[in-house]
This record gives sequence, C-alpha cells and structure tokens, in this order.
Amino acid sequence: MIEHLRSIPREFFWLFGSLVVLLGLASAIGAWLRSRPADEKKAASRANLVARINAWWVMVAILAVAFLTGSTMTLILFALASFFALREFITLTPSNPGDRLPLSLSFFMVLPIQYALIGMERYGLFVIFIPVYAFLLLPSIAALRSDIDDFLSRSAKQQWALMVTVYSLSHAPALLMLDIPGAGPGADALLLFYLLLVVQMSDVMQYVFGKLFGKTKIAPLVSPSKTVEGFIGGGIAATLIGAAMWWITPFTPLQSAAMSAVIVMMGFLGGLTLSAVKRSLGAKDWGVMIEGHGGVLDRTDSICFAAPMFFHIVRFFYT
Amino acid sequence: MRPSSTLLVGIVKLLVGAYARWIGTTPSSVQRIYFANHTSHIDTLAIWSALPRNLRRRTRPVAARDYWGTGIRRYIATRALGAVLIDRAKSDPTVDPLEPLRAALRDGDSLIIFPEGTRGASATPARFRSGLYRLASEFARVELIPVYLDNLHRTLPKGAALPVPMVCTVRFGAPLSPETGEDRDVFLERARNSVIALGTAAT
Repeated sequence: MIEHLRSIPREFFWLFGSLVVLLGLASAIGAWLRSRPADEKKAASRANLVARINAWWVMVAILAVAFLTGSTMTLILFALASFFALREFITLTPSNPGDRLPLSLSFFMVLPIQYALIGMERYGLFVIFIPVYAFLLLPSIAALRSDIDDFLSRSAKQQWALMVTVYSLSHAPALLMLDIPGAGPGADALLLFYLLLVVQMSDVMQYVFGKLFGKTKIAPLVSPSKTVEGFIGGGIAATLIGAAMWWITPFTPLQSAAMSAVIVMMGFLGGLTLSAVKRSLGAKDWGVMIEGHGGVLDRTDSICFAAPMFFHIVRFFYT
Repeated sequence: MRPSSTLLVGIVKLLVGAYARWIGTTPSSVQRIYFANHTSHIDTLAIWSALPRNLRRRTRPVAARDYWGTGIRRYIATRALGAVLIDRAKSDPTVDPLEPLRAALRDGDSLIIFPEGTRGASATPARFRSGLYRLASEFARVELIPVYLDNLHRTLPKGAALPVPMVCTVRFGAPLSPETGEDRDVFLERARNSVIALGTAAT
C-alpha cells in the first residue's frame, strides 16, 4: 500500500487537486444560483446543474480511491461500471426464455473473465475473448435451446450489449497493461486519467457551448441536444485542454492535440450512435443510477467508443 | 440493522437496483400493508430494499412457510428480514392462516403481502385472494399501499435457476381502503386495478 503510494507520480496529486478546486468552484456557483429567486423552469434547470455537479464529485471521489489504492481497485471499478451498463442495456433489450442462460453467463462469466484477463496482462486473449469465444458460443446456447423466434435480431442485440458495455469499456483500464518504453512509474495510470479527463471535458464543453451558442442540430431525430456549434466549440476547447496536458503523457504537445482530437471525435460518435441504439430500443435514458445523468451508459457512452481507439493507437505508436 | 440484512440489500441493489418511485404517497412510519404483484423470489427483497432504512426495521414481509420455512431460506426469511411465515397449505384446519399476520399488525408492524398467493408468469397480477380484504376491514387504521414491481418476472421468473440482472423500479401508489358496505370482490378488484395502474404510470 505504502509502496504503491510512492509509485504514484506527483502529477497525479496536482491533477486531483485542481479537479477538486474546479468542482468546489462549480459547487459554490451552483449553491449561489440556487439561493437566487427563480421561476419554476429556471429552478428546475439549476437543480439539474447542481445534480450534475454532485454526480461529478461522486465520479472524481470514486476515481481517486481507485487510483490511490491500485490497479486492482481500478479494474473492479470498471468491471462494476460494465456490469451496470450491461444491466441497463439488457433491461431495454427484449429477450426470450432461451436467452436466459447466455445472458446470465454474460454477466457472471464473460464479464469477470474479460477483466481478469486485463489483471493477468494477457493481451492476446483479452482482445479476442469476446469477439471470438463469446460471439460464437453464446448464440449457440440459445440455438441449442431451439428458441428461434426473431433469433438473429435477439442475438445481435445481446452481442451489441456485450461488445459496447464490456469489451469496449474494458479498453480504458486495459491502458494499465501497456509498457511504454522510457516512461516512468505510473505513466499508464496517467494515460487512463488523460483519456477520462479529455472525454469528460469534451462532454461538458459540448454541453456548455451547446447551451450558449447551439442552433444547428446535427441529428435532431437521434439526439436533439447535439448541435454543430456545441460540437465544434466544445470539441476545440477539449482538444486544447488535452493538448495542454501533454506533460502527463508520452506525447509531444502536437501529438497530444491529435490524440485529444481522436478522443473527442470518437466520444462524440459514441454518444450519437448509442443514442440511436437507445432510441431504437424505445427509451430516452439508459437508467436511473447517477442522479441527473440518466444512466451509467449515458455517462460512459463516449468512453466506450473512445477507449478502444485510443488504446490501439497508443499501443501501435508508443510501445 | 443486522449485517446479514445489509448484505442482502446490497446484493439486491447490485442485481436489480430496486429503485423506489413514490408516485401516490411518501415514505412514512405510519403502519401500512404494502401489497404487490408477485412474479419472482426477489419480489419481497426488492420492496424491502426500496424502503428507507429506518422503515425496514418495522416492516415484515409475509412469506409462505412451505417454501421459506426450512434451511437457509428460513434463515434469510426470519433472521435477516424478520418475515412472518404463513401456512398456505392450512396444515391445521382449526387455525386461521392469517393469525400470525394479525399478531404482527397488533404489535404495530407493517407488512408486505402478495395477495395473489403465488407467483405469476406475467407482471399483470392474477385475481387477489380475500386475506387483504379481511385484514383491511379488521385493521381500519392501517394504510393499504399498492406496489408495482416491474421487470422482476424477467430477472428471475418461476423455475429459473440463475438471475439475469435488470433494472427494476418499485412503484408505491396512493393508499386505498374498503368503503363502507363495499363488497369483498369489488374491493379486491379495485385493489388489483390500483396495482395494474401503477404499472402503466409514468415514472
């Protein structure tokens, strides 16, 4: 434990310190706003703002604990996030009695194995376990049970659930597996932090720019809150923030800007695509887990798309 | 709160969430009978977990003695939840199976009951048995709260061995009571419809 604390790079404490200060500021503004008189609609949107800030506090606190207590805790945390995201996805997915066993196995076998493979640093098996073994075997179980109504559509939806909520999301903590030559101790944890920070900043900045300048809707049927102005303004802001964080990564400032741009782009596409998935399943929010934030999958949709891309680009160019 | 029940609540929240939605009422320490649709073995635990911690201590689930009366199930039911066991089979014809429920109500405890008497295959409840009406007429001051559980028939339906985790909400509706001179079957149908109505209520 003490040993582990020593291996945490100094940058880490600076980062968490700044985040806590920023959130403290946001909370103070929220409290001040709420103390001012307002009509019902304004009061509701202020309450929503405060709820969002509080949810951020919770996320930062959980992340701090995970980072300070080591990679096992980080893996457990992401495994739980996958579990809750998968639970939300499966809740909205129609299923037949024949799907029960494959679904139970997805939760209680496939998910733990996927994260255990990261813990054991078995890269080869980690990248193919779900796309090969789960992909082929789970629908076979349903087929063996001769439950054939709407078979392809059911199994495709369940495969999507597993690929997005477990396989893709697990690529974020998989960054801890990477050995970057020449990087100091804790560099991999900082990469994970970098990914999460850029993704979250991009979400926040797009929300803020969208609220301030948003006019032209990008895909009104899929996600009415996403606008061209929000995406461009927020995306550029998040890319700049990411570029300015180059010193915690193995990247040069320019490379860091490019990496952030990829993360922003993929995060945006993740939010949009999973909105489309959600709507085709007939829901507005994925769940009710984090106050003010819809569900766990609403919070992690951008990470689900950004993490695998970021992981493989870093692995290809820097290891 | 006993450690065993805290553990149980944790497992239930992990598997199904059991998020409370107070639609027609608010949490209160007033003595109540919560009655709900019944599709799964998790039902009792889900309602119990959805209640605020301070209400759980005085809220006792009613469970069938033929299923919950032995071994580990008995331990969970009586030790962790403080359940009242009911003799569905009426093994002693001279004893009214409702007697243990009356005793709990006289002690001031609230109850969780499933008036269908058994688990159904769909979320829409079957016909209610008369026990609810009898308790309601005998204990006029106890509030009757309809409760609707969604998704649990998909999580752990009758006959399933392994659960499939899904998000479940527990919806609490407005209290109702038999009106003066109201026929038993009319009241039971009204109570059943109040549960069904919660199923379609916006959350």
